[in-house]
Amino acid sequence: MSKINGAQSLVNALEAAGVEVMFGIPGGAILPAYDPIFDSKIRHILVRHEQGAGHAATGYAQATGKVGVCIATSGPGATNLVTPLADAQMDSVPIVAITGQVPGPAIGTDAFQEADIRGVTMPVTKHNYLITDPADIPRAIAEAFHIASTGRPGAVLVDIAKDALQKETTFNYPKNVSLAGYNPVMEPKSEAISDAAALISQSKKPVLYVGGGVIKANAAKELLALAELTGVPVVTTLMARGAFPDSHKQHLGMPGMHGTVAAVTALQKADLLITLGARFDDRVTGKLSTFAPNAKIIHADIDPAEIGKNRHADVAVVGDLKNILRALVPATKAALAKSAPDLTPWLNEVYGWRKKFPLGYDTPSDGSVSPQYVIERIGKISGPDTIFAAGVGQHQMWASQFIGYEKPRTWLNSGGLGTMGYAVPAAMGAKVGAPDTTVWAIDGDGCFQMTNQELVTCALNNIPIKVAVINNESLGMVRQWQTLFYNQRYSNTDLHSKRIPDFKMLAEAMGCVGLRCETPGDVDKTIEAAMAINDRPVVVDFNVHRDAMVWPMVAAGTSNDDITVARSMAPVWDSQEL
Amino acid sequence: MAIHTLAVLVENSPGVLARVASLFSRRGYNIDSLAVGPTENPKVSRMTIVLNLEGHALDQVSAQLFKLVNVIGISEMKDSDSLKREILLVKVVNTPATKEIVSKHKAVISDEAAGTISIEAVGQSSEIEALLKELRPHGIRELVQSGLVALERGDKTLADRTLSTMGTANESNPNSSTADYQN
Repeated sequence: MSKINGAQSLVNALEAAGVEVMFGIPGGAILPAYDPIFDSKIRHILVRHEQGAGHAATGYAQATGKVGVCIATSGPGATNLVTPLADAQMDSVPIVAITGQVPGPAIGTDAFQEADIRGVTMPVTKHNYLITDPADIPRAIAEAFHIASTGRPGAVLVDIAKDALQKETTFNYPKNVSLAGYNPVMEPKSEAISDAAALISQSKKPVLYVGGGVIKANAAKELLALAELTGVPVVTTLMARGAFPDSHKQHLGMPGMHGTVAAVTALQKADLLITLGARFDDRVTGKLSTFAPNAKIIHADIDPAEIGKNRHADVAVVGDLKNILRALVPATKAALAKSAPDLTPWLNEVYGWRKKFPLGYDTPSDGSVSPQYVIERIGKISGPDTIFAAGVGQHQMWASQFIGYEKPRTWLNSGGLGTMGYAVPAAMGAKVGAPDTTVWAIDGDGCFQMTNQELVTCALNNIPIKVAVINNESLGMVRQWQTLFYNQRYSNTDLHSKRIPDFKMLAEAMGCVGLRCETPGDVDKTIEAAMAINDRPVVVDFNVHRDAMVWPMVAAGTSNDDITVARSMAPVWDSQEL
Repeated sequence: MAIHTLAVLVENSPGVLARVASLFSRRGYNIDSLAVGPTENPKVSRMTIVLNLEGHALDQVSAQLFKLVNVIGISEMKDSDSLKREILLVKVVNTPATKEIVSKHKAVISDEAAGTISIEAVGQSSEIEALLKELRPHGIRELVQSGLVALERGDKTLADRTLSTMGTANESNPNSSTADYQN
């Protein structure tokens, strides 16, 4: 076998792993790898900040279902990847990060640009490696892709010492990866399936509580089959928007802190939660001890550690959700043939809540633009084939509420970590993975100022994303909390970003088209103008009303029973209901 | 009682102790003692972890631990069916009284100097505690104790059990075993 250097072995391994694109920035320790990258068929996109590379890999992975790849040098290059690694890990997104490390003999000497990135990222990755022997490179890469993409997906980092990239080695890519301590359970136990089916057939007030795992498992079709078989109403969490069509008559919307009244209340009053790839996150449950107090729990997840972590499961079903649902549909059908409680009273109740408490927003009386209206119109005009990536904050919640999602992998956001600045680089990654799809970043003016430099990357690499900056000149969600909980003392949330920076000029300076919209009457035509531009990225600065708030709301740490539809307005329940 | 003893087989790879320690730290699990050492298989190390699980369920701790890629198998070591031992080395004042305590507790004087004796004792936690309780009034000069180690009673080994209960690996590759890994 011919001798090559470790760097060539790395690139060969990445090619063997099926990598088509990676996002990165070179630097001293990773430099040997960039020489063979120059000749590789893998497309390397030179980003402007490593955080952008990481979120781009995440956006690519979320949009395509493939493993996203980012690459950076040692020290600061690697530490700049920490946020996107933690972000991807929290949202179970398969990404692999490659970092250069100082040469083996220098490790531990506080060498120039040395950071113990394996140590730093241990708590925020699914697994990680430090490679000092070039012979270990192909195996580490094969394992990294295997671990990132199987079981509960996640982030894996491979840190490679510079001298391992330079030394001679032979390339030997393992055909199979076998890890003694890593064998995700894919097939559910048949008794768990029959127990789950039995509970479903006995329930009078069931809800399908659907999480992001359904999207990860590509199980939207199977979910639809179970929902339509049983007629059970569905809620989709922030990570699961698109797993079940918003237009479907059984859909109640999103549960949680800013969920719909119908979704939140249905969970509260259910006698059974059929939990699919969701994790009883605090943003969904509110005060855990008062969450869904009368419900039995079926908890189906690929990660056994999620079972019973926050809420006891009456029936635990561990396995791949596609397999689980494929087994659960016929089992439930058989169970329902024996006994099928009449769900009509329950359905009347939940659909009554949906009708009585629809999502809505106020139109500002001063003639300024309502942010919800902008987002709603972008959704309508761009349509359900569009991929939307959001930052974090009010605009994210509005984008989850007022855009109709019909398909999986059309809604990308930072759900778990809540990473401001996620939208622009994630949209870039999504557009690279789905070049024929319209990709909108719905961003806030605060978020946009964290990562907008990747628009330069987009402009130079023919990645024509569209960015809506929902500009309320403030850190809007924090401001909303200050309004509600801190006596309107707006400490450090005013960004003064109406014209500083001038987002239109900033966009143009970065090689994009810059547009601005300041009146409600211009919203549609500005969106349409943005839709017509496909040869360059386009940024629209939507100047919106700054006092708009996200409703409904369950205040942090309180019970879902105390949901507020709008400020100082709790739903009026029938007396026996609460 | 919230005290549990876990025997954990891990790959003998760099960083594995840090991974386990980091997991316990970030999830707020309290470690009373931890002992790590080699096993009959050079590629596998064994940790014996004594945990004080106030407010955490053992199943949840095990599930989180088992998520670590380098963790091969976990088993709870219950008092009823396992041998548990600690090592104590303790330096006390050299008097007829302390020597008498040593012989009463079947401990060993491993070093004797003019002023002190260094005592070695191996036993269950309760035996070590009983010895220390009697020595304490005489003045303990220096004390060092190992973490607890545990071995299951009977014919079965943890490696057997790990491979049969944790071993979906065996289904995909019937010939695989811990010993085969990395070959």
